[in-house]
Amino acid sequence: MSNQSTNSTGQVHHLRRMTVAWVILSVIGDVLFSIFVAPHVPPGRLTETAAKDQTDFNVLFEMAIPVLFGVWIYLGYSLVVWGDKRNKDAAFSGDAARHNTTTIVSWMAVTTVTVLFLAGFGTYALVVDHGSGGGQGPNPAFAPSGALKAETAALVGKATWAPGSKNVLPVQVIGQQWKFTYRYPTFGGFESSQLVLPADTTIAFNVTSLDVIHSFWAYQLGVKADANPQVNDVAFTTTKDPGNFIVRCSELCGIWHGAMYDSGQVESQSSFETWATTTEAANAANTALLPAFAWTYVPSANGAGGGYYPNTQDPFSKVEVYGSGTKSAA
Amino acid sequence: MTISDERSTEVSGPVSGHPHEARRLSWTQRPGLLSQNIITAIVFAIIGYTIGHWFGNYLASGYSYIANSGQNSIADTLALAFGVVGWLGGIGALNYPFAKLFGVDGLEEESPVDNWTKYFRYTLDHKVVGLQYVVGVLLFMFTGGLLAMAIRTELLNPTTHVFSPDTYIKIVSEHGTVMMMMATSIIVGPLGNYFVPLMIGSRRMAFPRIEALSFWIFTAGYMVIFSALPYGGFPTGWTGYAPLQTQSGPGMVSYLLGFAVIGTGMILAGFNQAVTIINYRAPGMTWGRVPVFVWSILATASLLTLATPVLFAGGLFGLLDKTVQTAFYVDEHGGSSYLWQNLFWFFGHPEVYIMALPGFGIAGELLPVFCRRPLFAYKVSSAGMIGVALLSFFVWQHHLFQSGINPDMRPLFMLTTELISIPTGFIYLVGLGTLYRAKIRFEIPMLFVLALFFNFLIGGVTGVFLSDVPVNVTVHGGFFVLSHFHYTIMGGLLFAFMAGIYYWMPKMTGKMMNKKIGKWHFWLMFVFFNLTFFPMFIIGLLGQPRRVFTYATNLQGLNDFSSVSAFILGFSFLVFFFNLVYSLWLKPEVAPANPWESLGLEWQTATPIPSYNFERIPVIMTDPYRYSEDGAPAYADLGTSGAPDTTTPTMA
Repeated sequence: MSNQSTNSTGQVHHLRRMTVAWVILSVIGDVLFSIFVAPHVPPGRLTETAAKDQTDFNVLFEMAIPVLFGVWIYLGYSLVVWGDKRNKDAAFSGDAARHNTTTIVSWMAVTTVTVLFLAGFGTYALVVDHGSGGGQGPNPAFAPSGALKAETAALVGKATWAPGSKNVLPVQVIGQQWKFTYRYPTFGGFESSQLVLPADTTIAFNVTSLDVIHSFWAYQLGVKADANPQVNDVAFTTTKDPGNFIVRCSELCGIWHGAMYDSGQVESQSSFETWATTTEAANAANTALLPAFAWTYVPSANGAGGGYYPNTQDPFSKVEVYGSGTKSAA
Repeated sequence: MTISDERSTEVSGPVSGHPHEARRLSWTQRPGLLSQNIITAIVFAIIGYTIGHWFGNYLASGYSYIANSGQNSIADTLALAFGVVGWLGGIGALNYPFAKLFGVDGLEEESPVDNWTKYFRYTLDHKVVGLQYVVGVLLFMFTGGLLAMAIRTELLNPTTHVFSPDTYIKIVSEHGTVMMMMATSIIVGPLGNYFVPLMIGSRRMAFPRIEALSFWIFTAGYMVIFSALPYGGFPTGWTGYAPLQTQSGPGMVSYLLGFAVIGTGMILAGFNQAVTIINYRAPGMTWGRVPVFVWSILATASLLTLATPVLFAGGLFGLLDKTVQTAFYVDEHGGSSYLWQNLFWFFGHPEVYIMALPGFGIAGELLPVFCRRPLFAYKVSSAGMIGVALLSFFVWQHHLFQSGINPDMRPLFMLTTELISIPTGFIYLVGLGTLYRAKIRFEIPMLFVLALFFNFLIGGVTGVFLSDVPVNVTVHGGFFVLSHFHYTIMGGLLFAFMAGIYYWMPKMTGKMMNKKIGKWHFWLMFVFFNLTFFPMFIIGLLGQPRRVFTYATNLQGLNDFSSVSAFILGFSFLVFFFNLVYSLWLKPEVAPANPWESLGLEWQTATPIPSYNFERIPVIMTDPYRYSEDGAPAYADLGTSGAPDTTTPTMA
């Protein structure tokens, strides 16, 4: 064909232009993102978990920018340069237009490497961050040290926590239509509608539900765990400084799902202890009426009469899970 | 000397009818009122509903599902089930099976008369079924769209409410379910049924009765899912999670039965498409010459056939829980709410690719036509679609990352989910490669295809964020994921559907869609689609969960922006409907035989297409998409003297 030679030189030309534009814009985009946006990306840095989740998001975003820009620049360039009014050359055709092994293989190689890197990076982040604040079910695969011991102790009422003790603090989150309540097994198993946490402490949230599936989403903590009936869904986070956070239900749970929100505080260790011991004493009469502390509760067999009893039968609730080898006497 | 010249013995002319004897017409094809048509279907459906309701009450009188509510789910279930059977019997879908059951020959089902009433009957012509589906999915889409407008109206203000929380959640649930059901069929139904036989050079689908049955089941499913509203709605969203499902009132029966009914139609449609594509390709159409749209339908059909039975079973278990007190999903009685989540998403994730692959197929099919050059890396595109279809069965638990199920499997599901971006990336390689040094014609269908590549990129990239478990903690269950799947399904599939409608309407109706109104439609839809859904990524990151009627007051600005854009997006669909009415009835413009100068086989039959499609079965001579190639042989030898020249189409 007569225009074969111009085509082959033109080819280099097009791709070089696009590559230059792509590199420049991607670098600018990434720099602008990391300076102006990245520090403000949700869920913020109130806890170790939140901070790491934010970092992961930012890493993904900085990888996404070149991908987005690459396709957009290519699309934009093609539309401008290769529109039928502007492009005076004949359309690229024949076998060369149909197949180009180099292009295909390099595309596959680049996408495969990128994807494998992402999966490896995500797995690494998930493991080192102890589940990244996500619900891990009753058998947390990636638990922080001391967590299993504290959980086992909590179930038999022997968990301890004091300022400076560095112990993991188990907190139970109970979802029901349409509110969350919180039990503190370390402090006699009292129940509160307030969620207060000590700073600089690893928290083990034990999330369960009395009725339908809810999801405990402590937004600024970087914690999200579904509240399933008769399942103890464990999520970990390590708080840093004092601050406030929002709790929302993020799994549709019926009519008032939209109104199922709440807030909580991370307080200094000493003021948390004060709050916990005061509330434990103030609520003692109520606590006596509650079912004994357990990982899950099932509705009373009497049906609509109400009442819940601790579930010691459910396979998901076995104490053995946490290494004690004995079942709760509850 | 062409191959066709050697096939002089081939029957030309209609294949319908049985030349050896005159047979009595089936009730579905008789003229006049004394026949089976949509009116008898309605009457039979009402009779079936009434009998079912009476029978349910007879079986379980005084039994109410929720204490003192007077709701009897056995009666509700049987009423709807009998109604569906009545509808199918009334339209005539059961005539042939029953005739065979009693050892009688079926009556003649192919219509001797060709008039408008065929669209309201049990008609076996794939082109009629295709057009019936067009109207069906548009009706579905319109009702689902109205519900979307209602949702955005409620979200205009976090404190002043238009609907009660109860009404709102039922609107949300109905919108999601209706749209999902519609999107499953939006391309496979109308364009798949209409064009797959034409594109593979076949005179019919493999199983015309099953094809018609799948359409009439689809319409029955539409009515069953809408019966949820008079039954009081259901509050579970389209995902229908138990135990909320178990707890809900009779509207839930409509949801469960609706999915089971429409699932049956999906299985039948998928199986029929797969068999047709595998067995009815014209001579010479090797797997390397099959149009990519057909590849996409084959990949979709395999998902429809293999994934949907799981949904059917899941829905059936739910119905049994609600009616005869089984406990599949009831934790207290040995069931598990995780079971529903697993079954639902085992279907649900292939389902989202059911809603993506046909879009890729349309994009691949249309790009060469409007780029005037061959498709780049044809084999990679079909490999990509098959790869996506295969991998889609291995990713479902990424919907359950925070559910507490299989926590140590999360790295695996993260890996499989991210692996899907490799075959999806193939589609981009093919798309971008085909634009390379093209001569792009910016016709309306091409604009929609280009928009698909823009939108789906955003949907795909945000999907990678969702698949990353640490990031998923923040974005799961919020507006981020909502925006992500609207970008893939609406931004991808619906834009592809529009591309297909604008592209193929001249073939289906013989009339061109108006280009000026089409441009208005495209730009309104494209711009306001992005303005509606892009802010939702930010809304989601800022902490707004899905399906809420109220939200943090600081998010009102973004929500209002999204709502107002959504209203204009809704208006763009009115522009589309107006364009349909204007171009087809108000000011019809006769379409040229091949307005886009396509090499595709479907453009090479007469318009209107004869009921037997091709005078002779064409013989495929070469690869598809050899545009702008000097000396390339024609794609197909039609074996007729008057075969249109494919490179310089004649104007009708």
